[in-house]
Amino acid sequence: MTRMLLAGAALLALSVGASAQTIGFSQIGSESGWRAAETTLTKQQAEERGYTLQFSDAQQRQENQIAAIRSFVAQGVDAILLAPVVATGWDAVLQEAKEAEIPVVLLDRQVDSSDDLYLTAVGSDLVHEGKVAGEWLAKEVGDNKCRVVELQGTTGSSPAIDRAKGFRDGIAGKANIEIVRSQTGDFTRALGKTVMESFLQAEGGGKDICALYAHNDDMAIGAIQAIKEAGLKPGQDIKIVSIDAVPDIFQAMAAGEANATVELTPNMAGPAFDALEKFWKDGTVPPKFIQTESKLYTQADDPQGEYERRKDLGY
Amino acid sequence: MGQTFRRITPQLVTLALVVLLVTVFFPNFLAVSFDGTRFVGPVVDVLKRSAPVALLGVGMTLVIATRGIDLSVGTVMAISGAVAAWAITSGYGLVGAVGLAIGAGLLAGLWNGCLVAIVGIQPIVATLILMTSGRGIAQLITEGRILTFSDPNLAFAGSGSVLGVPFPTILWIATAVVVALLMRRTALGMLIEATGINRAASALAGVNATVLLIAVYMASGFCASLAGIVATADIRGADANNAGLWLELDAILAVVIGGNSLLGGRFSIAGTMIGALIIQTINTGIMLSGFPSEYNLVIKAVLVLIILVLQSPNLAADWLFLKSMLKARRANVRSETP
Repeated sequence: MTRMLLAGAALLALSVGASAQTIGFSQIGSESGWRAAETTLTKQQAEERGYTLQFSDAQQRQENQIAAIRSFVAQGVDAILLAPVVATGWDAVLQEAKEAEIPVVLLDRQVDSSDDLYLTAVGSDLVHEGKVAGEWLAKEVGDNKCRVVELQGTTGSSPAIDRAKGFRDGIAGKANIEIVRSQTGDFTRALGKTVMESFLQAEGGGKDICALYAHNDDMAIGAIQAIKEAGLKPGQDIKIVSIDAVPDIFQAMAAGEANATVELTPNMAGPAFDALEKFWKDGTVPPKFIQTESKLYTQADDPQGEYERRKDLGY
Repeated sequence: MGQTFRRITPQLVTLALVVLLVTVFFPNFLAVSFDGTRFVGPVVDVLKRSAPVALLGVGMTLVIATRGIDLSVGTVMAISGAVAAWAITSGYGLVGAVGLAIGAGLLAGLWNGCLVAIVGIQPIVATLILMTSGRGIAQLITEGRILTFSDPNLAFAGSGSVLGVPFPTILWIATAVVVALLMRRTALGMLIEATGINRAASALAGVNATVLLIAVYMASGFCASLAGIVATADIRGADANNAGLWLELDAILAVVIGGNSLLGGRFSIAGTMIGALIIQTINTGIMLSGFPSEYNLVIKAVLVLIILVLQSPNLAADWLFLKSMLKARRANVRSETP
């Protein structure tokens, strides 16, 4: 271990003089389109800034991530990006990185370790995302009465709980907006469609529904098909707002079938690199949590163009 | 016919009770209307949404009748769906897409069948291999994303309707009827039952058990590929991660609720179909009733438990025993009185 650290320190000393920074990135895996896009964007960002990126895919296993971080420390990289697969069990390896004086930035997920073991964490605020969606709907319907149905994410998952809470915060105080039905669609298209069919049956064939709030875009896309098959116009008869901003929802928006989406940006590396650059330059220590922007996109925001920009990111 | 009806009477009674229960929570459950092009109503949704489990159930019934089990059907759905979506977007046309998807299902069945019948691996292990690894194959085909298509002909398999009846409904009923006739109007059904009760004995009696087993697993793969096409056509996209996820367990449940023994032997496809309808009625009922989603699985579990306990042969035997005891005691009391 000591020898490894010494080797790391020696490499670190060597690399100080060099201009090109080397950054190690331990990614969870590629379990979803969003994560694939995060990987693509991280690589793009590193290339634009002239960094050398050491990429390691952990295939959903923490032991692979720990091994990757140890090898980054041994190589003496200038910084480590870590998207932790679980929250616990990082103390020892983060301590090793700290002793080697390598700053660690957490991407999009948090760890349970003491916060002096890492430089900062970049992530989105799930409650805030829901709130942005709720506020959009509150503004959109004005003072008209609106009965909302909600497609929730996987029961008990933190995005489902937080996005449900945020939406309710967003429409708080608007007595004209009422959530009449909530059911889980498990974040999938198929269940989004199935559950929406039952919502339509239960609410007078859909005539009594004014808006749909889906915890992710995929469920909204499934629901759009159910609404079309029921003979209603999604986007007009039933307003649709969802979260994530995946390419397919922009296609639906371009066709007028969806109204708004809140972006969960896969560009977590951009803010992370910004913070690192400041830290390298004059030692500015960033706050312990950097919240990414939860940007709202509507039909007015060039959905076709957004689709073109995103479709090759690996979603 | 009368015999089949008597065989599935308990399942039909259970279905009626479940429908009654759902109607209590959602009074309009049985309302069906015609909107000009198709029938609309919760019952129509149940008949349509039960398609994947019912289709898987047809194949699963045959496999279980041979004392086997096919855990890979959910994954085969994902593979077939991915193949169909890939073929239609690559310009192979409807016939090509459906043909390739069914071919993939048959191939998966052949693989399972060979592992079970020729290599001699236990069915639960043999099919577990494809269950766990097959999603990787499906993801390779879709390149890890949801592969969407817009071909209206393929989409018809999921959301089209013939004479107002959803196409998936027609497909699963037709498949069940054809397979049931094939089993009962020829000796096939009996041969499968014989193999399931005692493979060695039936082989000695002249049944080619090896070929029969492979054919049964291929039939299961075929049914799974139909279910996969329906599921993919339904959302106009192949979702390799989620298509058919855990549906193998629902299919096994449908077989069990349908009164079939997991130890093989006698089987009833009609029973499994009613089982699939019971499961889907529960699923749809839970969604319509508007309970918070945290209760979904609990409600389903309790209902399934009650149904299976009521069907338990031990319980029925105990009940008959108690009844005869009481009768005997009453007769004794009466004879001793004078």
